[in-house]
Amino acid sequence: MAQKVNAGTEVPHGAGHKKVFPPLDQQFYASQLIWLAITFVALYMLLSRLVLPRISEVIDERSARIRRDLDEAERLKSETDKALKSYEQALADARAQAGATVKETRAQLTAENERAKSSAETQLAAKVAEAEARIVATKSKAMASVSDIATETAGAVVNKLLGTMPSVDEIKKALAS
Amino acid sequence: MPDPIHQFDLERLFQLNLFGYDASFTNSSLYMVVVVVAIVGFLLYAIQTRSLVPTRLQSLAEMAYEFVAGMIRDSMGEEGMKFFPLIFTLFMFIFAANMIGLIPGAFTVTSHVIVTAALALLVFLTVIIAGFAKNGLGFLKLFVPDGVPIYVLPLVSAIEVISFFSRPISHSLRLFANMLAGHITLKVFAGFIVMLLGSAGAAKFLMPLPLIAVVGITALEFLVAFLQAYVFTMLTCMYLNDALHPGH
Repeated sequence: MAQKVNAGTEVPHGAGHKKVFPPLDQQFYASQLIWLAITFVALYMLLSRLVLPRISEVIDERSARIRRDLDEAERLKSETDKALKSYEQALADARAQAGATVKETRAQLTAENERAKSSAETQLAAKVAEAEARIVATKSKAMASVSDIATETAGAVVNKLLGTMPSVDEIKKALAS
Repeated sequence: MPDPIHQFDLERLFQLNLFGYDASFTNSSLYMVVVVVAIVGFLLYAIQTRSLVPTRLQSLAEMAYEFVAGMIRDSMGEEGMKFFPLIFTLFMFIFAANMIGLIPGAFTVTSHVIVTAALALLVFLTVIIAGFAKNGLGFLKLFVPDGVPIYVLPLVSAIEVISFFSRPISHSLRLFANMLAGHITLKVFAGFIVMLLGSAGAAKFLMPLPLIAVVGITALEFLVAFLQAYVFTMLTCMYLNDALHPGH
């Protein structure tokens, strides 16, 4: 086995024993340098003139777009903040106004109530006073009627007892004594 | 056992002579063209949607762009973006060459030292030219670190100069050696499979071991292919940063 391997490796070396290690073969240096120069310059030209501007254009466009979108978002956000602030302001205003209205209405209603109550009271007091006056009048009138009835009754009693009808003045004098 | 070095052989597909130099179109040249066509074709195809919300391919192209741009910004700052096309080209070229080289039967452009040396020298010269263009003689401050006592300054400067000039060597050899070694390892382990299958007796049943190893090494080589492109590009960024800010 070892012999076979040795034979295999020996043959190419033996065949070209004048051959140099190809990566260091000087006879091809000129050709490689010339073709490297041609292809490298061609690649440089193609990349710098044709390819790289296109790539950088796309990348720049994207970053410009992103920046623009971010600016727009920032602007919209500040607008939203402003709107939110003004909404909150309006809400606070409305709340304060509603509170004021409630207070005012309550005061108004209380005053009205008070007024109605006091007027009703005076009206009632007047009615009470009137009724009392009427009672007093009725009472005095009734008292007067009592003396008349007493005179009449006394006259009738005297007439029945004595058979004579005394005069009203006499009866009244007798009753008052 | 197949020769693990055979994969690095160059052959002239078209003979060509330019100004007395052998400029033949070889299989290496062919794969350089393949690399360029693959990169440009892929990126153009991927980006054609130009969608605001990227498709998968488009986000892959953008990811490559952002990856290299991020590397430059991290090491050099926004100022370094003027080197972006060069660094992006370097990264994509090395990355695509490494990746395409992993396709069975394909040739790995970066497995030849002359190619990686040329790329490293390109970076080296760019650093020197950009350094002097931007800072004038102030670029030489690179070799005179701040806060070093005057009596050790000659020594420190000598070390700085040596390390500066050895950069292209380590820069190029790192990529070359990684590609070379990885591909040889893959071929050697793959050769073991054939060898064990062809052997007599119980050794045949050992065949799954190198097969598992080859699968694992292939995955590792994909990582290395990316990592070496990344390392090469990262070092390029660091060296170019010296050109922009020589005063450490």
